[in-house]
Amino acid sequence: MSLSHAALGELGDAKPAAGAAELERRAMRVRFGLLAPALAILLFAAIGPLFIVLVYSFLTPGPYGGVLWSPSLEGWFRVLFQRDIFDDSINFQDAHLSILWRSVKLSGATTILALIVGFPTAYFIATRPERSRNAWLFLITIPFWTNLLIRTFAIQEVIRNEGLINAVLLKFGLIARPLQLMFTDGAILAGMLYVYLPLMVLPLYASMEKLDFRLIEAGYDLYANRFQVLRRVIIPLVKPGIIAGSILVFIPSLGAYVTPRVLGGGKNMMLGNLIELQFGQGRNWPLGSALSMTLLAIVMAALLVYVRFAAKSDTSGHG
Amino acid sequence: MDAPVGTSPAIDVERVSKNFGSGEDQVLALDDVSVAIRKNEFFTLLGPSGCGKTTLLRLIAGFEHPTRGRILLEGADISPLPPYRRPVNTVFQNYALFPHLTVAGNIAFGLEMLGRPRPEIDQTVQAMLALVKMRELKNRRTSQISGGQQQRVALARALAPRPKVLLLDEPLSALDLKLRKEMQIELKRLQHETGITFVFVTHDQEEALTMSDRIAVMSGGRILQIGSPRDIYDHPAERFVANFIGDTNFLEAEWLGASNGTGTVRLASGAVVEASPPMGATPSGKVTIVVRPEHAELTRDVAAAPLQGVVENVVYFGTDTHYHVTLPEGREFIVRRQNRRGGGASFEPGMPAGIVFADAAAQILRD
Repeated sequence: MSLSHAALGELGDAKPAAGAAELERRAMRVRFGLLAPALAILLFAAIGPLFIVLVYSFLTPGPYGGVLWSPSLEGWFRVLFQRDIFDDSINFQDAHLSILWRSVKLSGATTILALIVGFPTAYFIATRPERSRNAWLFLITIPFWTNLLIRTFAIQEVIRNEGLINAVLLKFGLIARPLQLMFTDGAILAGMLYVYLPLMVLPLYASMEKLDFRLIEAGYDLYANRFQVLRRVIIPLVKPGIIAGSILVFIPSLGAYVTPRVLGGGKNMMLGNLIELQFGQGRNWPLGSALSMTLLAIVMAALLVYVRFAAKSDTSGHG
Repeated sequence: MDAPVGTSPAIDVERVSKNFGSGEDQVLALDDVSVAIRKNEFFTLLGPSGCGKTTLLRLIAGFEHPTRGRILLEGADISPLPPYRRPVNTVFQNYALFPHLTVAGNIAFGLEMLGRPRPEIDQTVQAMLALVKMRELKNRRTSQISGGQQQRVALARALAPRPKVLLLDEPLSALDLKLRKEMQIELKRLQHETGITFVFVTHDQEEALTMSDRIAVMSGGRILQIGSPRDIYDHPAERFVANFIGDTNFLEAEWLGASNGTGTVRLASGAVVEASPPMGATPSGKVTIVVRPEHAELTRDVAAAPLQGVVENVVYFGTDTHYHVTLPEGREFIVRRQNRRGGGASFEPGMPAGIVFADAAAQILRD
């Protein structure tokens, strides 16, 4: 707003005779000029490709990947269903459903765990003296310095059968043979928690830093114990951070590719791996495109539900 | 509800000290403070910033715990209790209203935490809204009401659980002058109607004088004097108290002795005047006495007056006029005279003048 006023003022000084409508038009042009780079990127790098994916999902798969330009609903059909090879009967595609369910389940669990671990962490940092807070934040961002793939292989080193955990447990005689930690949902969950935790901590910290700690004292003063202060004062006040953090963790978790690939192996696939499979070995681009759109739809639905829920619980209750 | 000020203590602060920090950085915020606050009393902690008044309030509220000493509430030691176990509520300096709750939600908060049944909560909230005249705005967010209204909500929120003691931490400092005057009267009314003990912290001496039953003047982590506003103003026991509250003239004098309750001192001019000795101390030798500017009068009869000087400056204030008189030893003495139609003889700068004061006007300081 202030920017457009500045622009208006400048133009007004230069040409006082120009009409108010003309000035308004110029201010709009300035605003669009500033928006243009971001709009261009969105258009060419996000909306455009998305449109291509949408179109591909309604085409026929080519024999060596790619698509043939003849319309077909087969891609969408095969998201959930399969035809029996012998009698053409239609069944649910169980593998896809279980992958879908695993993706939602693991992403939800990652989000909840990240919230449980990240909340106290963010609170701890926000309550440090102002000077040391930046140092703590710096520590939180250190994992980002290393490539995701390398970090994920590092986790593999820790949890594989000959890895650190099993070696230590074996050495102390706590277990007789190595625990199967790799290639389980638990391994994927641990990996995703590790990767996405900072995305929870940072927005949580941002809203906790703005928290007026006198309100917490006011809560204690008005007979709220620690748990009640947390539930009735702190959580409602840092809710924007909780929402932002949950969205930032849930969405990339749902589409995670590297972590389930490395830690979950071929059996414990998530949506991201399934989609990759269709564009690679599967050579079924329309199915891959339809799965991509499905993932997008799930994300949008989850967001809508979450935001609606968050807005509702904010205004109800006290009257 | 108009309960008289009781004689039994609501709050007993017993030899409390409070240190902040540790090692080299240690700060002594309270130094061996003892005070008994009576039931149904409007008690004010008065002092400049950093004198320890807010620390004392926070110790009573339970946000801090004493390094030494203990605090009793109606005879029971509350020093180890957390704030949420003390039947004491606070009106915070910047109100600290919950921004995520409505006006009514804020007022209900304490009662909800105490687990009161819903009908009782609703009833009390209604009564509190009426008490602070905020009925129409009960469903507003706290960000949608003015500073004065926020102040009322903060009061209602703290009074709703019917605390034994209400603590007020400079609650009026954020308001403009006119609103502050209104709220001063409002606070007195609320204290009257609820019969709750109020402990009020302020650095504003006028606020303290107009509202309090008793005042404790604090400086450097110590309580220097406790007394009624009249006691504190008319009979300041220490130089700091005399200086902090109102304008004061200091005079050097020599203690001559006591006779039936009052004492006599000889001033530098040689004149002998009556002066009240400080409570609980027997003066001797050289003493300092204080005389309030409005307790002194100028006279043309210079030779007969105990103090003589030359009028240096005349400052007109509308309701009254200040005469700055220079005494022979170079010290300045201020006389305040109320402006009346056709009042007394007029004095111009440069004129010699005598200063007289009533028998009880001079107060001897403890130091």
